[in-house]
Amino acid sequence: MAQPTLQAVPNAREKPGDGPVTSVDLRREFEAVDIASILAQLDRELIGLVPVKTRIREIASLLLVERIRQKMSLANTYPTLHMSFTGNPGTGKTTVALRMADILHRLGFVRRGHVISVTRDDLVGQYIGHTAPKTKEILKKAMGGVLFIDEAYYLYRPENERDYGQEAIEILLQIMEAQREDLVVILAGYRDRMERFFQSNPGFRSRIAHHIDFPDYSDPELLAISELMLAAQNYRFVPEARAAFVRYIALRKEQPLFSNARSVRNALDRIRLRQANRLVSELDRVLSSDDLMTIEAADVLASRVFSGGSDAPTMPT
Amino acid sequence: MRITQGCFSFLPDLTDDQIRSQVQYCLDKGWAVNIEFTDDPHPRNTYWEMWGLPMFDLRDAAGIMKELADCRRVYGDRYVRISGFDSSHGWESVRLSFIVNRPKEEPGFRLDRQEAEGRNIRYSTRAYAADRPEGERYGSA
Repeated sequence: MAQPTLQAVPNAREKPGDGPVTSVDLRREFEAVDIASILAQLDRELIGLVPVKTRIREIASLLLVERIRQKMSLANTYPTLHMSFTGNPGTGKTTVALRMADILHRLGFVRRGHVISVTRDDLVGQYIGHTAPKTKEILKKAMGGVLFIDEAYYLYRPENERDYGQEAIEILLQIMEAQREDLVVILAGYRDRMERFFQSNPGFRSRIAHHIDFPDYSDPELLAISELMLAAQNYRFVPEARAAFVRYIALRKEQPLFSNARSVRNALDRIRLRQANRLVSELDRVLSSDDLMTIEAADVLASRVFSGGSDAPTMPT
Repeated sequence: MRITQGCFSFLPDLTDDQIRSQVQYCLDKGWAVNIEFTDDPHPRNTYWEMWGLPMFDLRDAAGIMKELADCRRVYGDRYVRISGFDSSHGWESVRLSFIVNRPKEEPGFRLDRQEAEGRNIRYSTRAYAADRPEGERYGSA
């Protein structure tokens, strides 16, 4: 029996015996991996974020072409897929990372398609010799999927030269380079801080192929997001309530600690609280499902934001 | 003398791809995968040293293959085995274990006969390699 020879084939994922293909039906390839449905879902469920969606579409096309090139034995390097997502809080970085994992999985660039979401605490240890095993443990868990590092700039603390973050960064960089085929790393964080992080760690910038910037949402987009969130929980605004919420968004945006979609979600949670309170305050009535679903203007207007108070997370109304 | 034990003991040594598929099988079953090594080849030596901790909650074999490569780099001259531990209730034991690395030369065993009371004979086996102290048994890797 002949020993199977080991060789560095770029398309090792393809079935053995497949010779290089010379022509490919693009449409069939496109439909076979079914990224169209993910992209459509992305369009449907994520409001706004036009530049992000455009970039994701571009990356998806690139990966599709890359996949075909591998089939034709034209590509012999594995594309670098590490990404960085920058943007303000609540702009959908984590949500997009989850979708990204799905896209990469369908195109066959990650084997399992799971996302391990970590922050500094999960990677950096508390004493000497603690960091390396901890980081390696997380990396092992993320193998075959996507490692999402939220607020990645915390890894690097220039003010403390004995900070263990540097050690985690070195291990990360090494694995990002050596095991590109096993793992995709996505870094996320605020724009300016990530910028500083990349400046002080040039190794990171060069190892990341795709830098995607998440813009803030406009007022109409935030309203659309709120209606999508409410619809998902079987609630709806009456027209006056919607008008009130438009005003709420405009006012809330001016206040400190505004975090886009997250603030909207918190506001909706408090509105649901007030709606429940209003319903319970009148016990002697028969409730229809309509009553339970409707959010009145009063529920919105009771917010502290309208009386000039703050609706920041520390001060719930 | 080629030592065999555990699963696949009747087969030639597994290739890395074959090891990877077996490890992936363990992970898909939800078992914790361990890497163990020893340089005492005696069949009754059941407690081998562990390379790192048992690896729980992994999804893909790539991480374990990397650990195995690291372990081979350090203990390439010893026996290394991979085992899959099933922690589910009722099993709570090793479900699969197989050798993934062995020394280049395995000198084998000597059979000792001890003449006991009457005409009884007691037998014992002793690995030639075990004559030397631990860590020097198979030369350096």
